[in-house]
Parts: sequence; structure tokens; C-alpha cells
Amino acid sequence: MDIDVKKIANLSRIRLTDVEAADLAPQLSSIMGYIDKLSEVNTDGVPPTAHPHDVAMPQRADVVTNPSRRDALQQPAPRTESGLYVVPKVLE
Amino acid sequence: MPFRSLTDIQAQLHAGETTAVQVAQLYLDRIAQYNDDLNAFVHIDPENVLAQAEASDAYRKEHDARPLEGLPIAVKDIFCTQNGPTRCCSNILEDFEAPYDAHVITRLKEAGAVLVGKTNMDEFAMGSSNETSAFGGVQNPWNTDCIPGGSSGGSAAAVAAGLTPAALGTDTGGSIRQPAALTGLVGLKPTYGRVSRRGIIAFASSLDQAGPMTRTVKDTAMLTSVMIGHDAGDATSVADAPNFDWLKACEGRDMKGLKIGKPKEYFIDGMDKEVRAQVEAALTQCEALGAEIVDISLPHTEYAVAAYYVIAPSEASTNLSRYDAVRFGHRCDNPEDLEDMYARSRDEGFGAEVKRRILTGTFALSSGYYDAYYLKAQKVRTLISQDFKEAFEQVDIIATPTSPVPAFKSGEKTDDPITMYLSDIFTIAVNLAGLPALSQPCGFSQDLPVGLQWIAPAWQEDTILAAASAYENATDWHTKSPVKFGGEA
Amino acid sequence: MSWEVVIGLEVHCQINTKTKAFCGCSTEFGAEPNSQTCPVCLGMPGQLPVLNDVAAKKTILTGLAINADINLESKFDRKNYFYPDLPKGYQISQFAVPIVEGGYIDIPTKDGEKRLGVTRIHMEEDAGKSMHEGLDAVSHIDLNRSGIPLMEIVSEPDMRSADEAIAYLKQLHQIIKFLGVSGADMEKGQFRCDANVSVRQKGAPLGTRTEMKNMNSFRFIKQAIEFEVLRQIEIIEDGGEVKQESRLWDSVKNESRSMRSKEEAHDYRYFPEPDLPPLRVTQEEVDAIKAGMPELPNQLRKRFETEFGLSAYDADVLTQTQSLAQWYEALVASHPANPKQCANWLANELLGRLKELNKDISESPISAQALASLLDRIADNTISGKIAKDVLDAMMASGKNVDAIIDEKGLKQVSDTGAIDAMIQEVLDANQGQVEAYKGGQDRLFGFFVGQVMKASKGKANPAMVNQRLKELLG
Repeated sequence: MDIDVKKIANLSRIRLTDVEAADLAPQLSSIMGYIDKLSEVNTDGVPPTAHPHDVAMPQRADVVTNPSRRDALQQPAPRTESGLYVVPKVLE
Repeated sequence: MPFRSLTDIQAQLHAGETTAVQVAQLYLDRIAQYNDDLNAFVHIDPENVLAQAEASDAYRKEHDARPLEGLPIAVKDIFCTQNGPTRCCSNILEDFEAPYDAHVITRLKEAGAVLVGKTNMDEFAMGSSNETSAFGGVQNPWNTDCIPGGSSGGSAAAVAAGLTPAALGTDTGGSIRQPAALTGLVGLKPTYGRVSRRGIIAFASSLDQAGPMTRTVKDTAMLTSVMIGHDAGDATSVADAPNFDWLKACEGRDMKGLKIGKPKEYFIDGMDKEVRAQVEAALTQCEALGAEIVDISLPHTEYAVAAYYVIAPSEASTNLSRYDAVRFGHRCDNPEDLEDMYARSRDEGFGAEVKRRILTGTFALSSGYYDAYYLKAQKVRTLISQDFKEAFEQVDIIATPTSPVPAFKSGEKTDDPITMYLSDIFTIAVNLAGLPALSQPCGFSQDLPVGLQWIAPAWQEDTILAAASAYENATDWHTKSPVKFGGEA
Repeated sequence: MSWEVVIGLEVHCQINTKTKAFCGCSTEFGAEPNSQTCPVCLGMPGQLPVLNDVAAKKTILTGLAINADINLESKFDRKNYFYPDLPKGYQISQFAVPIVEGGYIDIPTKDGEKRLGVTRIHMEEDAGKSMHEGLDAVSHIDLNRSGIPLMEIVSEPDMRSADEAIAYLKQLHQIIKFLGVSGADMEKGQFRCDANVSVRQKGAPLGTRTEMKNMNSFRFIKQAIEFEVLRQIEIIEDGGEVKQESRLWDSVKNESRSMRSKEEAHDYRYFPEPDLPPLRVTQEEVDAIKAGMPELPNQLRKRFETEFGLSAYDADVLTQTQSLAQWYEALVASHPANPKQCANWLANELLGRLKELNKDISESPISAQALASLLDRIADNTISGKIAKDVLDAMMASGKNVDAIIDEKGLKQVSDTGAIDAMIQEVLDANQGQVEAYKGGQDRLFGFFVGQVMKASKGKANPAMVNQRLKELLG
């Protein structure tokens, strides 16, 4: 299978050098080739499973429970300024 | 002492024969002595460990002891813990300290446990040999040329070498059971939804489940009984999960009337002959204990690995999008622009296997391929669950080998992803079906431990604990420990 | 050539909740940057979403109000893309199975009512805010808005003009306000609209559409659609092809521009959110929500027309907001004799005065009962309608009741025949010439005499009596 590794890497926001892309392409092809085994299975009329158990979603009451603790939560941030996260300029 | 069970240590503590501080010190000393040989721990803070032990001793003086009072438990680096690093053994989380504890960690603390440190693992739990860790591989205490299994390899090696009496792991496709098998331990993956996932760094959300790795079945029951319970902060934590007395469930001494299914798809050509022989011998022993062995079939087993390697990477690819260098985690130096920051930070932060899985998952979900891969895998997942449901109409429990092979040599499979992925061939279907399964030691192959896997219907861990306890009581595999680390083989 | 415009609208509306969609952070507007964030809405490792139960209820209510079907089982999906104000790298949304499907909204047009289809309403979480202004090479990110619950209301491409689009939006906005499911404050971005616009020859297949993003004023939406229609027609008539793209309206330059960053083909890789099992509601729960539904603007309008005999125009004016309609009903309850007069006084006199004060009906300085007592005084001939307007001014300024003001200012209407006759006589004496002319056949002068008498009485004479007595005295 031909996989456009560069395109997938771009969607994943992972930089790949040409050499890395050349290495990864056959690996991904062989993985996807193995996965193609699935096409042998007859799944006509079989519903998909997204969750292991057939249970409904629990919900929470609309009550404010979170204290403001911005400083602690921003402690792991690479760069902040006056309580704002700072990133290279976003183009619109 | 180092190879004693949690229950033995608990008895000594209750009897006043030792203190939590003495116990903690013993294991800290062993970690200091042996961790360089094993690389099982990636973070240890001895002062903090001793402080917890002192607090536990003080608590015991004033109150009735709590369920895990003073017992040392090591924690896989995937569990968020406050006041120290949580890195999931990835460079993308360099210097990360979580401002919260995982729900399970809170439960352990409330039960009086002493958390001994963070154990090594495959990066983001993606691996079967612990070789993808950013902190380097882990050695198997039974043969340090070999891998301990993965992804909870550090937890496995730490318990097996007597550096801690018990540890926590997580299991997405076998990451508790396979390393437990490869290092001669008991490891349980509870029913999906039994243990809260909140605060455990996500790999594949619909498959991940935390569980214990211990020396005995009873220890596993004791630790699991503390870890479980509904958490309103995890929508997949099941509120009205059937429950039972976990310690009582371990009182089984025979298997009279127990119907054990032996699926033909788990005893196949190509697996290690000695592993197969040991597991079959274990089943013979079960018959002697009164069980009936029933040949069964789980016909879609051979598609489990393929379905898993669509579903797990797909979920992982998006679970790992949050590592974007904005709010936490590694950011590359001097990003040229936003796109450069994303692409370079993630390139530098993620290791090769993690990248492979992100790319596989992104591809499987991408436009034009979704139906052929993701949707197809979800349908095959349904068929795999149905196989188990039908089997459990005939039998009470299923027994299989945990891993087709014993621990292999470090570096042996790192160049071939598919061969590596197939190490989990016997454990993966259980995660896809959300079932509980336990691995326990049942012999040796080439002087390396072999694991016996028990699989039960959802929420019926008690059936597993009863069978595994009866087997453990009738054998002495669980008493073996690696000589190199002061044990008795 | 005859061009047909095809418009479909996507409205993002903030659901009125105290806390965010999936965590217990406050949704209060205007807080310090990032002060309303937590590990969940920051997308920190291991954190999990749990749905706010009010969000689903309010979305269901909205669905019922637009005559839609409620899916008793709906699902959440992940929409994947990277953006610094999207913490998890995906937005939790409903893609495959939304909670609401297939409704409609009726709008008035010059050819009568037109029915516009609503494809679906789904729940999703909002992103944070990126700020660039005044910053050099960087942007600042505030995640207070990250995770705020939204409903996205997607219409069918049923609108054929900017006016129809605006009528639909206004109707929808009004319904949402009536239901109380959203503040729908457009300036705060609580009601934002994307418009998909294309043009085609009548009867031809759909043309290529462009998407006008993120507009939050009816005026801009209308301008943007009209601009876009002309732009597309011009391109096609010049032999070009419309490019499918997202565009942004610049309300300063009055033109739209292509959004470069959105040009890259997106691949959102939707798939079921594994952290959230399906959302299930029972028919009983839906029925209970339906039972609690307030009367909607359309129903109110029709009732005001039939029950109170109002014109379509007045009924429309008085049902613009729930509080206005309630005010009107309170007014009629206190002055049931003449609902039409109530409507006139409320719509023309009171609302006009409030508008000058820049106030809403809910901030009116006088109550419905107070206005009703003013109307009572007109009805019982204590004061004339003209004097009543001055009394209303005084009531609004002082807050005093109607009778106190009439007494204080001596405004009580003169209905005494003797006094009125005296005033008439005075006027006739002073205007002998006009009296002669009137008697000579100039009937139009009757009005002049009425005016003079009213003026002499300082407006207090009962106009009906003045008319009657004048006719008699002039013979």
C-alpha cells in the first residue's frame, strides 16, 4: 500500500525529515498490510462497538466546583505572560 | 522479607513485629542496591517515602489500620501523582509535574499505602518489551539479558526483584498481564469500567484499565478492592458495577464443578513448545482439583491483533494531540512559527514507536480510509465480544497462556513492529471485549517464567480469583524468586 | 440572466449554564484570563469529560420548540484539528448522531409564511480565545471560553435572499431568548453565525458555496451575504469559477476576504468519543421538558390577534420579548375593557418614552397596573387622551400615581355643562367674523371653534361635550 507519510505526518503535526519519511513508509505499509487481514471478516449487518459495555453516559449537575488556581495550573506551561499562554503568532 | 506478600507484611505490621518505616527502609535499600541493574524505577524520593511511612506509623498508633496501612506500592509512571514528576516515560513530558493525583492514587493514599516511586514503562504504554521508554529499557530479573515485557515492565521488574511487594500497572492490550507472566507475577486487568481512568494518562480510552501486579492472588484481590469504585469524574466508570467480597473470593481451594474453556485458537503452532506444555500441565492440575476442561473456539481471535492495531492507535493519535507545547510539556527552542513549534516539539518529544502509532492512527481515521479501517475494526470488535459471550454460555471461565513465548532478548524484536505486536496475541482480545483477566505463574521455560491467563465474563473477577487461588494453593510457582536478586528459584 | 441565491446558516449559540460543558468551571463572562480553567478544560494529561446535564435538557427544549425530532440516543464524537486555543487538539462535538434532527422555522414573507428547514442541532464545546492585537511575533491564549457548551443549529439551504436569512435568524434568536436556553447576547459572542452562500441559474444544480465565518450582528450578516452574492455573480459573469473557501467579513472595510489559514484542506477525522458512552434520554424525560415549555413567539402572536383583536403589526411588536408580552398581558388584566387601547399606549407611548431613556420594558419606572389606572381615567372621562400623555410623563418622572398627579396639577377634565357653555360663549363672542362665516356655510370652521375652546380650557374640557354643546349653540 502506498501511504503519503508526509501528509499524515503533517496532519499529526510531527516533523519528518525525508530520510525518516522514507524509513517509515515501508513500516506503515507493512502495518497496514497486516491490518488488511480485517477485510477477510464478513461483517455484514454487524454493528460497530465503540464502548466495551452497553451503558449510558452519566451526567453531572450544573454546579461550579472548580476553584480558580491558575498559577498552579500554569506552572507546567512553557511560556506565559500575565496569566495568558504565549505561542508564536497565530495567522487567521 | 523482600519477597514476602503484601498480606504477610500486613500481618507483621498488625502484630507490631515491624513498622512501616522499617518496611519502607528495607525496600529503599534494595532499590538503591539493585535499581541500576534493572532500571525499574525512573523516580524515587526516599525522604518522601519515609515521610509517608512515618505518617502511617503515627496513624496506626491513633486509629484502626486502614486497608493498605503502611504497605509499599510502586506506581507506573502513567499515573499522575502530585509533588513529583509524571512523565509517562516520554520526553514530551520532560519536567512535567501533575497538579493533581489520579483517582486511583487518591484511593491508595486514603487506604494508608506508602507510594514508593514511579516505575519505568514503554513510552505512553506503547510497547510490549519496555524498550520504547525515554528512560531506557528494563532488565528482567530472571535473566537480565531479557526484557521484562511491557508496557508495565518497570512495575513487573520491581516486584519480581523484590524492590517493592506490589505495583500498579495499566493494561491496554496486555500491559499488566504480559509483563506479569514474563516475570512470574500475578497481574489483573479488571473489567473495563471497574477502575477509574481519571488521572491516568490515556493511551486508548476504550481499552485502558489499571490494575495491580503482585506476588500472590490474594494481594491482587486486596489491592484491587481498594482501586475500584465508581468515580463520577470518569464517564466510563460504571456506577452500579456488580461487586463482591474480594478477599473472600480468594478462599477457593478446589475447582469442583468449574467448567474451564480451553480455546483452540490459543494453543497454536508457532508458540513456544515449553510454554504450551506448562499451560497444559496447569490445566491437568486444574482437572485434578475438580475442574472440567471443555474445548471451545473463539473463532475471531486471529483478527484481534489487527482490530486492536487500528482501534488503539486511532484513539491514541488523538489522545496525544494535547501534547502541543502550549500549556505543558516540551517546547522546541526558538520556534519559527506556530507550525514549526508543533511539528518540531512533537518530533523531539515523541519516540519512534509513539510516532509510528500516531501516524498509523491518523491514517486509519483519515478521510477515505475510515470505513475500511476504523469502522471495520469496530465491527470485528463486536464479533470478538460475541465469541466470548457464546463461549461463556458453555463454560464459567477460560484458561489460556498469557504470552506465546517467555521473555525474549532485549533488542530481538525492536526492528520488526509486527513481530513485536504479535507478542500480545493472547491478551488483546480481552481488552477489546472489556473483560477481566488475570495472569499467574504456572512454570518455567528456559528458566524464564510462564504465565497462565484466566478470562471471565464482565464483572466476574470473583470467578477468576477463586480459580487462581485454588491453583496457587496447589502449586508453588508463586514462591519462586530470582536468585540473582537474593531470591529462591 | 436570472440568478437564484441559496443560503444555509449555521448558528453557534452558547447554552445558558452555570458551568462548562464537561467540567465544573464557571461560565461567567468577563473574568480574568484563564481564571476559569481546570485540568479538564485545559486538556491536561489523564483528564476526562463529564457532561453537564443542563446542556442536554436545554438543547432538547430548543429542538422541541422548532418542531424537531429528539434522538433518544445520541453520540459524541471527536473533531480533530490543531489550534492553540483548542486544548485537547480535538473538539468534543456530535457528528454522526446529534441530539436533535429535522425541525423547521416559519418566517413571514411578502408572499405569506415560508417554512425553512432545520437539519439538526448538536451539542459541542467552545474553543478558547486567541489574541493578536498589539502583539508582535506572538499570540496570547485565554482558555476561559474553552469548554463552554454550545448548540450548533444547522439549517437546510432553504433561504433565497439575505432578507430571508435575517428573518430566520431573528426568529431563531427570539425563540432562543423566549426559551431561556441562551443569553444569545450577540456582542458577547453568545449567538454567532456562519453563512453558506452560493448562486445558480434558476433550476440549475447548486453552485459552489463559500462559507462566511463567525458573524455576530444581523447587520453585518446581511451586508456580508449581499456582498458575497454580488461577488460570486460577478466572478461567474466574468467567466470565472467560485472557489470553495471560508471567508471573513471585515465590517470596517465592508468587504470579505479569504481566510488563508482555513484554506488547507481539513481532515477532521471524526470518530466516536471513547471517553463518553452514548447519551440516552427517555421519552418521559422529553415529555417532561415539553410540558415545561413556555409559549413561543408565534403562538403568542396568534393568541394576541385572536384573543385581543390586535393587528398583526401590534401583535408582532408586543411579542418581541417575553417580558414585553407578559407586561402587556398584565396591563390588559388590569384594564380589560380595551385591549387595543392597551396595545396602543404600551407600544406607542410607553415604549417610545423608554426608548428615549434607553431602557427595556423590564426597567420601566411605572408598573402595568399604574398604566392601567391611567387608561381607566381616560375611560371615565376624568382626563382626555391628550392630557393623559402629559400625566404619563409626570408619572414616569415622579413615580407618583395617576390620581395624585391629576389633583396636584388640576388636570381634571371639565365636564360641567355650565362651565363649558361659558367658555364657548366667550370664544364665539371673540370671533364674530368666523361665526358669521360658519353660519354662511363654511362648515370647516367647526374645528377651529373646538380648538379655541379646548385652548381656553387648557385642554381640560371634555372634548365630546365641547363638540356636542358647540353644535347646539351654533344652531
